[in-house]
Amino acid sequence: MVSESGTGHRGDEGVVVRELDERGRLCPLPVIALARAAAELPAGAVLRLWADDPAARVDVPAWCRMKGHELLASSDPDAGTFLVRLCAP
Amino acid sequence: MHPAAVAAWQAAAPDAWADPARPYAAGRRARLLLDAARESLATSLGARADEVSFTSSGTAAVHSGLLGLARGRARVGHRVVASAVEHSAVLHAARRIDPAGPTLVGVDRAGRVDVEAFRTALQAPDTALAALQSANHEVGTCQPLEPVAQAARDRGVPLLVDAAATIGWGATPPHWDVLAASAHKWGGPPGVGVLAVRTGVRWRSPSPDDSRGPVPGFPAVAAAVAAAAALEAVLAEREATARRLSALVDRIRQAVPRLVPDVEVVGDPVDRLPHVVTFSCLYVDGEAVTTALDRAGFAVSSGSACVADALVPSHVLAAMGVLTHGNLRVSLPYDVTEADVDRFLAVLPELVARLRTDAGVVGL
Repeated sequence: MVSESGTGHRGDEGVVVRELDERGRLCPLPVIALARAAAELPAGAVLRLWADDPAARVDVPAWCRMKGHELLASSDPDAGTFLVRLCAP
Repeated sequence: MHPAAVAAWQAAAPDAWADPARPYAAGRRARLLLDAARESLATSLGARADEVSFTSSGTAAVHSGLLGLARGRARVGHRVVASAVEHSAVLHAARRIDPAGPTLVGVDRAGRVDVEAFRTALQAPDTALAALQSANHEVGTCQPLEPVAQAARDRGVPLLVDAAATIGWGATPPHWDVLAASAHKWGGPPGVGVLAVRTGVRWRSPSPDDSRGPVPGFPAVAAAVAAAAALEAVLAEREATARRLSALVDRIRQAVPRLVPDVEVVGDPVDRLPHVVTFSCLYVDGEAVTTALDRAGFAVSSGSACVADALVPSHVLAAMGVLTHGNLRVSLPYDVTEADVDRFLAVLPELVARLRTDAGVVGL
């Protein structure tokens, strides 16, 4: 469930280079999708993830912390929207 | 079950069948056994014998303890203040007392409650009661009971301490108005909980009146005797056991992140229960890993939502802000050996690696 956004959407955080719609999928799948995308993209890239699994609210921020990526302030975990800026490994 | 519990149960069973409230000989024998068990438990818990009752489980003790305090404080209000990481028995009872739900006080990354925030929450004038666990049942972190108990005392708010995770393993907490515990957690039999209510605390039984005392019906006398015997036995060796198990937990805490990539060990590394260690493995399904460990002969728990009986992840891990999937909680039994821990550490890395390979998440 990966979609490349053609021209990229420009927000305060920069260009969202990939959007992941993981709604309806359960843990740990949304975090796995995020990690797979992160493995393909360069540092600095911003991803947007939609996930409505209740575990994602906790696990996406925890994954960012563990892997050193930045969960952007415009994320809304309660609404299931996450913006992540990748950092160099 | 601790061997001392089995032996005590077998010795008591022939005399423990009668109703201890009855005046005939068999009833009197049961009464003697029950009184001795109560006396022993009271001593172990730092309570008076007439403060201690037996319930059918730790959960029942928590429910009765909280609902009874709420009855005693009904004129003040219905607000319950509790940490966000209490056992669900506490949270469910709190919701029964106040349908709006308890005021939950947050915890830090290690799962320790914020004392200042607890103190602030207690200021609400309709606060009926407060609840704080002695240590967290999922991650083992000890709670700052003393300052929270002092804050509750300053406000005249009674405090229930859920000591189920601690009794038999850590130092018995002295700061409580009502104490709840569970015998099977210390090696006693299942089906025995303990409720202790300090003399002078406004607690009124939430059950209909029963001439036998605060808990309706007569207790399982042989099981109560076994529970008391088990606690005496484990407390006699508690410090030595704690030192031994704590060293093994330290080994697991240090080895797991070294042997398994992308793991977070959670809970306080030092101020914790001696026998509990919890960690989460990225990209792994909690049910898959507990099932695989079960096949390898290890009975471990998980706080992950992926585990069959849970629809949402552990509220404890969520409140701490730590990874909820791929979660494993290892509780070491008294008689665990160094060889058992070696075997666990030998099996775990391979098992997690296999699950990750199956899920196609290697190298992420």
